Amino acid sequence: MQGSVAIAETVRAAKPGVIAAYPITPQTHIVEHLARLVAAGRLKSQYITVDSEFSAASVLWGAAAAGVRSYTASASQGLLLMTEVIFNMAGTRLPAVFTAVNRSISPPINIQVDHQDAMTVRDSGIIQLYVESIQEAVDTHIQAFKIAEDREVLLPAMVCMDGWILSHAYEPVTLWKEEAVQEFLPPFDPVFKADPQNPVTFGALTDPDKITEFKFMVHDALIRSKEKIRRVAREFQETFGNYYGDLIEETYTEDADVILVAMGSVVGTIKVALERMRQEGKKVGLVKVRSFRPFPDQELRSALSKAKLVLVLDRSFSCSSGGILGGEIKSCLYGQAGPLVMDYAIGIGGREIFPETVIDLVNQSELLAEKGQIPSSTVFYGLNQALL
Amino acid sequence: MEAQAQANYLAPGHNACPGCGVAIGTRLILRAAGRDTIVVSPTGCLETFTSTYGLSAWELPWVHPLFENAPAVASGIEAALKYKGNDHTHVVVIGGDGATFDIGFGSLSGMLEREHDILYVCYDNEAYMNTGIQRSAATPYGAVTNTTPLGELSRGEAHWKKDMVEIVRSHNIPYVASATIGYPHDLMKKVKKGMLVKGPAYIHVITPCNLGWGIDPEETVALSRMIVNTGLFPLVEYENGRLTSVRKLKQVLPVEEYLKKQKRFAHLFEDENAEMIKAIQTFAEANIQKYGLAGEEL
Repeated sequence: MQGSVAIAETVRAAKPGVIAAYPITPQTHIVEHLARLVAAGRLKSQYITVDSEFSAASVLWGAAAAGVRSYTASASQGLLLMTEVIFNMAGTRLPAVFTAVNRSISPPINIQVDHQDAMTVRDSGIIQLYVESIQEAVDTHIQAFKIAEDREVLLPAMVCMDGWILSHAYEPVTLWKEEAVQEFLPPFDPVFKADPQNPVTFGALTDPDKITEFKFMVHDALIRSKEKIRRVAREFQETFGNYYGDLIEETYTEDADVILVAMGSVVGTIKVALERMRQEGKKVGLVKVRSFRPFPDQELRSALSKAKLVLVLDRSFSCSSGGILGGEIKSCLYGQAGPLVMDYAIGIGGREIFPETVIDLVNQSELLAEKGQIPSSTVFYGLNQALL
Repeated sequence: MEAQAQANYLAPGHNACPGCGVAIGTRLILRAAGRDTIVVSPTGCLETFTSTYGLSAWELPWVHPLFENAPAVASGIEAALKYKGNDHTHVVVIGGDGATFDIGFGSLSGMLEREHDILYVCYDNEAYMNTGIQRSAATPYGAVTNTTPLGELSRGEAHWKKDMVEIVRSHNIPYVASATIGYPHDLMKKVKKGMLVKGPAYIHVITPCNLGWGIDPEETVALSRMIVNTGLFPLVEYENGRLTSVRKLKQVLPVEEYLKKQKRFAHLFEDENAEMIKAIQTFAEANIQKYGLAGEEL
């Protein structure tokens, strides 16, 4: 089944009352399939074809304020257009689930995958869960509703799945029965909602003597969501059998000298490269970051501290600063007698990453480390000098 | 009727300026809307003077999302009510001219086109008053604001105000009307009508701003009547696309009478700007002609 269709069928089983749809490649197949489900009477939702991604996120905000589960999918420029609303959703503690079908940001215009879009809303307070496979995307969507709507969390959540590689690929997928999903996922029951029987004010004006506290509460809720992500991942495993790690997933890290860190579909490619390197006797391991927000700082410290070298594969970067995931990992390891960290901007705008690419990157890095030539900033892997 | 006449869903003690047209207007709108209403307000004067944390003046559920998305948020609320099978609660947006004419324009158009059952009320004080009097697309020709100041090369606002009533009307929605706080019963009647139609309704309400217009607090109501009686702002009603009511003018006032009361137009009375007053008079006369304001009753 195609990734997008699998997501739409999963969203159907989660039964959002309101769905907003605005087309942008490569997320369109998700909302198209949801439209077909609504048209066929297989999903009883208010399906709203809006005038922009800004309105899509706003419709979700309104539906959540009225106490109804809501969903949309977007990508790239669309996510950037939603940015102000995403901050507002998190700041007013209204949950909804977004699918980010990750795609590069223009210019140059390009419809292929990297993580720059989701990274650009990283400071908003939205939960961001990255997935490796279509099955993980399916399962994480169900978990995302449960995490976001939890009364102790109440934040928007975004499932980040790589465009094309996951959204348009066909793989065998297990879809879960609506009854099973409904049993796992309690109805959305917010603490506050816009209700004439019990009037409340949302989005009040706040003075400097109170605003830090409101900002802190979003920060704190995101930190507290870590425990919920862990718990829901385990509950999901108990109910449906599948488990992908909680905040991170470790592969061969126990004895690894070199640990790669990555997010999204490239993790699958790295796993293939790892097997080859392990057969050659290389002690290489992998940490998949599943939850980028909340940021798994303690988990990363514990997983990475015994390695000699950590190599981060970053599919996004902050201009003049460098890879975003790499920067955050360096920051969380700061002050510890930890490993050397090298950060690579790689796979930008859909540039292919093959198992051979990963092996080459490990070999190159080891050579540099031996020579004591640790790059002081992010390395843009495989730059074509002729184009510069 | 007795209970409703006394209902006040905008509690006293908010921080509006004395004589604020928006405060008067909102109280009337809410009284007409009634208890079973959810109000959405974009960022603007109304939001800031009613919603200080811990001191909310709203006796109804009220949500303030952002500046440019109130119509989309209201669409989400309306859709959620529909999903829940709630067919009695009304959704009303009360937004200023900046949110309506400018930054939220696309969102409003989307809401109207999708035929959500929402009443959108634009309170028009003819500039961004909340941020300290900057021009909006609702600022009338010739008015001085802090972004259309007087200068060697500027005589105030150089462009003509968008005709929102016509723009909204072209979306083919069931109810479009204009009103002013100067005629409160007319305003309340129109709010009730707008809420009762199935589908979107739009009411454009003039709410003078003492600070921005340069008028005394006690002149708010008088000015909001004068703007009608000059022909500058006709009070009309369109039902299902048909013009069904027009407030006739017993005596048409020359625009000078209205303009000279306001500091924002004071420069128009200097000799070199006489042409501008003429242009404004021509605009008012075109309205009088178009809507038959001085003619027979409809």
